[in-house]
Amino acid sequence: MLNELAHFSLNIALGFAVFGTIVPLAGATLRRSSWMQLAPIFSTLQFILVAFAFGALTVAFVSSDFSLRVVVLNSHTLKPMLYKIAGVWGNHEGSLLLWVLILTLFAACAAVFGKTLPQSLLARVLGVQSSITAAFLAFVLFTSNPFTRVEFPPFNGQGLNPLLQDPGLAFHPPFLYLGYVGLSITFSFAIAALLEGKVDAAWGRWVRPWTLAAWIFLTIGIGLGSWWAYYELGWGGFWFWDPVENASFMPWLISAALLHSAIVVEKRDALKAWTILLAILAFGFSLIGTFIVRSGVLTSVHAFANDPERGVFILMILGVFFGGALLLFALRANAMDSKGVFATVSRESALIANNLLLAISCFVVFVGTVWPLVAELLMDRKLSVGPPFFNVAFTPFMVALAVILPIGSTLPWKRAKRAHLSRLWPVAVFCLACVGLTWAMQTGRSLIGPVGLGLGVWLVMGVLIELYQRTGRGTGKWSRLLSLPLADWGKATAHAGLGITIFGVAGITAWQVEDIRVMAIGDSAEIAEFTVTLDNVEDLRGPNYLTTMADIKLARDGKFIANLYPERRYYPVAEMPTTEAGIDSGLWRDVYVVVGDAQPQGGYAVRTFIKPLANWIWTGAIIMAMGGLLSLFDRRYRVGSVAARRDPVEGEA
Amino acid sequence: MKQALLVMLLLVWAGIAQAVEPGEVLSDPVLEDRARSISQGLRCLQCRNESIDESNAGIAKDLRLLVRARLVEGDSDTEVMDYIVARYGEYVLLRPNGLGINLVLWLAGPALFLTALAGLLAVQRRSKLNALTQGLSEEEEKEIEKLLSS
Repeated sequence: MLNELAHFSLNIALGFAVFGTIVPLAGATLRRSSWMQLAPIFSTLQFILVAFAFGALTVAFVSSDFSLRVVVLNSHTLKPMLYKIAGVWGNHEGSLLLWVLILTLFAACAAVFGKTLPQSLLARVLGVQSSITAAFLAFVLFTSNPFTRVEFPPFNGQGLNPLLQDPGLAFHPPFLYLGYVGLSITFSFAIAALLEGKVDAAWGRWVRPWTLAAWIFLTIGIGLGSWWAYYELGWGGFWFWDPVENASFMPWLISAALLHSAIVVEKRDALKAWTILLAILAFGFSLIGTFIVRSGVLTSVHAFANDPERGVFILMILGVFFGGALLLFALRANAMDSKGVFATVSRESALIANNLLLAISCFVVFVGTVWPLVAELLMDRKLSVGPPFFNVAFTPFMVALAVILPIGSTLPWKRAKRAHLSRLWPVAVFCLACVGLTWAMQTGRSLIGPVGLGLGVWLVMGVLIELYQRTGRGTGKWSRLLSLPLADWGKATAHAGLGITIFGVAGITAWQVEDIRVMAIGDSAEIAEFTVTLDNVEDLRGPNYLTTMADIKLARDGKFIANLYPERRYYPVAEMPTTEAGIDSGLWRDVYVVVGDAQPQGGYAVRTFIKPLANWIWTGAIIMAMGGLLSLFDRRYRVGSVAARRDPVEGEA
Repeated sequence: MKQALLVMLLLVWAGIAQAVEPGEVLSDPVLEDRARSISQGLRCLQCRNESIDESNAGIAKDLRLLVRARLVEGDSDTEVMDYIVARYGEYVLLRPNGLGINLVLWLAGPALFLTALAGLLAVQRRSKLNALTQGLSEEEEKEIEKLLSS
């Protein structure tokens, strides 16, 4: 009964989404205030109805209602509660419903926080957002209905993919979706601005917090995914350039560019058309990502729906919204004249360089991701594009970005003098010395280590120098530092976080030590400065799996450090083996142990990795997200302050 | 012949494969390093986006052994790559070659970068000229008048 009600409420929500598209957009065109006033109500209703449906689906998963097809296919009574809940979005239908829920959530937030926006702008934003909701709700209802019943409910379900039964991955999709879909609201803002024919500083101030929020969620989502891959997939890689990873990385790159260009719109009244284009591209890449993941066009581990019908539907959504938006942009972009003039060496130019590098690196990822498809369709050549390509083609742009970042962020707006950079020179020299020194110390290895280390130091020191410069001359430096706006702290934090991530990536890529050997119980091995002893191996039983667990003692210079318990698990319901690594995490290195099968000649295959600076990668991501959060709480984005600053003429519109 | 026998023997065990196994590692560390770096550039044919170096699949193990066998025979790195590509097609290369239409793939980023750079320089030059030659817009003139008269 509840399921039928939920299905029904989704249908009603679709109706509201259609009305919520037509009425406010028509109202804004015809200047009918009463029509525009309906927009927030329609948006709130959509959210309530979709939230009800999502709640009902959650209840079905928690109570193991095996009359629903998705529950049968993706749940099992023996599964721990956390994964029953995670099962709601661990499948195609449920995750799309989550997607729609977030679409309506953002619309409802815009309706609540947007009361101070000019009425026609708000109506258009919510109208465009409702049209996206309508398209995705139609997709859910016509091709991927989560409330489809089965005729003969089985006694138990078929379980969830064991790889997905992990706390890191349980919360990875919701964060990613919050990020993807968060970009829909900036998209709606961009389309609304094109329809209004007006982009001003206030628009920039409105778009930035939404972009920031989406970017923070994407950062956390991608970080969680990478961390999960690191400890779960069994060889300690942190990034694989898998199409599905790229699908989330492309919107991240574009939204990072958008964050920066929105500042230029807000503060300098320039780069308007470009910022609008980025807002369109950011959501466009989210849609492309969805298409890549859902259509199964580029098959990969994570793609759950290999259904051409669904692929075509998403392609249509992509074509209508992305294509339509680009067309509108082409027609209207000329109306966006930029006023702010700036010199070649200025913060504006540096931010343009940032945008350029981020956009091009995104383009490289995009071309690399779709290339196998293009080559097969056009040239009938079956080929692969993997990590070795991306590492070569993508990295140079990131290196360039990291090199210009501290310079750009110290430059003043409009026009810079050489004196502004004087403090950075010693830092640059110091970083080059670091590069040289590490290069000399590590004979005959790749340049990645020294260069990455130098860049990391450059970014972090650059942040410190910039903060120091902001304190000005004379006494009272500390109080001036503390009274800096939160946005400045956010900027400093996020940039330092990037430096730390680069540091970690360089460390793990350049200086990893790997050892593979057969060990019998009681054997010890010396690996780098560590001693690894295989104490015991036993077969155990988990809640829904069988496991072979090794007990490995880790010591350094004879001093005991930790016991590690790497496992080989087998999930009988899914008939699937997984590897659980034993990891001793540390500030400077992780020791990562994986146990393999029993060898025919006795003993077990044991793989040990020493991974220097591994945790810095995700720590850096968390710090970046924290930086975003600090910026988000800056005074100028608070609801009240926007209202206070608002131009009185706008209010009457 | 001995090598082939070894390969055959190891193939029988391939069912229990797990990435690079202790039995596969060559005793010569230099050769083993080369084998690892070659393996990281070769795709496991039955997997999704995994190199043979990290894959658990049986076919990945076969290829790892093949790479090592060729290296032991004295092949250079490129010879080994060519040998594998000749048998399995360019699909196994994780880093596509720059031949034919693949040039587009390789040059897409740099070309766009240079174009954008040239475009930016042109725009910057034009806007500088505009800023020098153009005065204030009509609206701005009006605003100044309003301010002066009030």
